[in-house]
Amino acid sequence: MIKDEQKQPSAPERRDTMADYLAPLVRGIKPSGIRRFFDLVSTRKDVITLGVGEPDFVTPWHVRESAVYALETGKTQYTSNAGMPELRGAIGQYLNDRFSVEYHPANEILVTVGGSEAIDLALRALIAPGDEILIPEPCYISYSPITSLSGGKPVGIETYAKDEFKLKAESLKAAITPRSKVLILCYPSNPTGGTMTYEDWLPIAKAVEEHDLIVISDEIYAELSYGAKHVSFASMPGMKDRTILVSGFSKAFAMTGWRMGYACGHQDLIAAMLKIHQYTVMCAPIMAQYAALEALQHGLEEKDRMVEAYNQRRRLVVKGFREIGLDCHEPQGAFYAFPSIVSTGLTSEQFAQRLLDEANVAAVPGDVFGLGGEGHLRCSYATSVTNLTEALERIGNFVHKLKQG
Amino acid sequence: MNELQLKVLELLKEDARRDAELIATMLAVPTEEVKQAIAELENEHVIVKYATVVNWSKIDDEKVTALIEVQITPERGRGFEGIAERIYLYPEVKSVYLMSGAYDLLVEVEGKNLKEVASFVSNKLSPIDAVLSTKTFFILKKYKQDGIIFEEHEGDHRLMVSP
Repeated sequence: MIKDEQKQPSAPERRDTMADYLAPLVRGIKPSGIRRFFDLVSTRKDVITLGVGEPDFVTPWHVRESAVYALETGKTQYTSNAGMPELRGAIGQYLNDRFSVEYHPANEILVTVGGSEAIDLALRALIAPGDEILIPEPCYISYSPITSLSGGKPVGIETYAKDEFKLKAESLKAAITPRSKVLILCYPSNPTGGTMTYEDWLPIAKAVEEHDLIVISDEIYAELSYGAKHVSFASMPGMKDRTILVSGFSKAFAMTGWRMGYACGHQDLIAAMLKIHQYTVMCAPIMAQYAALEALQHGLEEKDRMVEAYNQRRRLVVKGFREIGLDCHEPQGAFYAFPSIVSTGLTSEQFAQRLLDEANVAAVPGDVFGLGGEGHLRCSYATSVTNLTEALERIGNFVHKLKQG
Repeated sequence: MNELQLKVLELLKEDARRDAELIATMLAVPTEEVKQAIAELENEHVIVKYATVVNWSKIDDEKVTALIEVQITPERGRGFEGIAERIYLYPEVKSVYLMSGAYDLLVEVEGKNLKEVASFVSNKLSPIDAVLSTKTFFILKKYKQDGIIFEEHEGDHRLMVSP
């Protein structure tokens, strides 16, 4: 399904307000639905929030300490545009060890300011005006606006709870047109927790090949895979050169605020992204790069402990929603459950609003994540077991009251 | 020690009030198995006790704690065991460790005030024949005990809602 054309007001004859000075493309972008909900929640007290898209762990101390040491020893300069060679080397080694994908640190790896910058760079490097960008939804909220900002046309592909929100080749093919150029993948998925196995990827890889697509694979949640081991799309036969692998340190190493991400791919694509990167941000902050290096060198065990903790809470939350009587597919990755609230007769928006007002629990209405999100609620289980238990009890009472009418 | 017992211990170490059902859900095993694992751990005294970590400095009923380095002459045939027992049986003794290095036992003693602890050392501990010397260090503030930080500064600073 092709999205409604972004409204692009033509240039006004007179510029009466400051908004009239803005670029039409920017004026056409809607503020994120999450932002609106954030404003609602942030004024409230005694709210338990399941609305947070980041780990509840603070960055492990040895990682923080390494950044302090970097500052103490005067590491305050620019680094190489693509990132410190040692860090790129460590990233290459790590990706090879963990996900069996091989990238050359010299020209196939680019260190970015969060995975977000990598996505922006990739889209800007690839999109020519009018190109169609295929985006399986529900998905992370940035892909579509950034596509529009780059002059591309976002084309949503709905995925469904009955398929555990996996991308199906039939749906992908139905959305492909002669203008299709890029497919953006995000598995494990924010907001659904859906994952893709080797077998799930095979028909997708075939379609990508057949229709000559480039893939931006956002694998920021790769480490947070609970059932089977994460399969990188770039590791699929023949897909490495067609894929820009985007990832980072935020989720796996509890390093959101450091803004450390990276992109890996064919040297020609990385070179193009590097060109934009060097003119816009020069390089990622040096002290954060030292921290990321420390995380890769000495933080893997701690990472595993955090993943185990998420897994334990995941089981608690899924069981909790099912006992409450809300359908909840079993999320195999990330730290979100995406239960259906259809049985309550409310829309996602109404449910989230009333849950906040009447039960003091914040969660994000599913519709903000695009097609297929309506009727669901995104609940992050990156919070303490005590909070989760209390939140589930409050949600249970709220749903019980609703169903009794 | 099997793997389940180890995981149960880790979860109970974080919070001893977690019940078998919650632990079973978190580990994706039947509740009965968790109950059995806990029973075995209790029987084998791997789980010694479920106690509470208290920050006494928060309430008026403040206590004084001292760490005492004790040098002793070991007994023929029993080594340090007999002396250690004579010391740890006193209720005011909270912990006793046999140490490597310059002294032999590290004894933690708790009392209502400085005088009480000092009197314990001079009247009970030092007079023991095998005790050669003691060095008493009073604790001024506890920052962390058994892996638990008393005044946590790393609260939840996250935004309430984020993408």
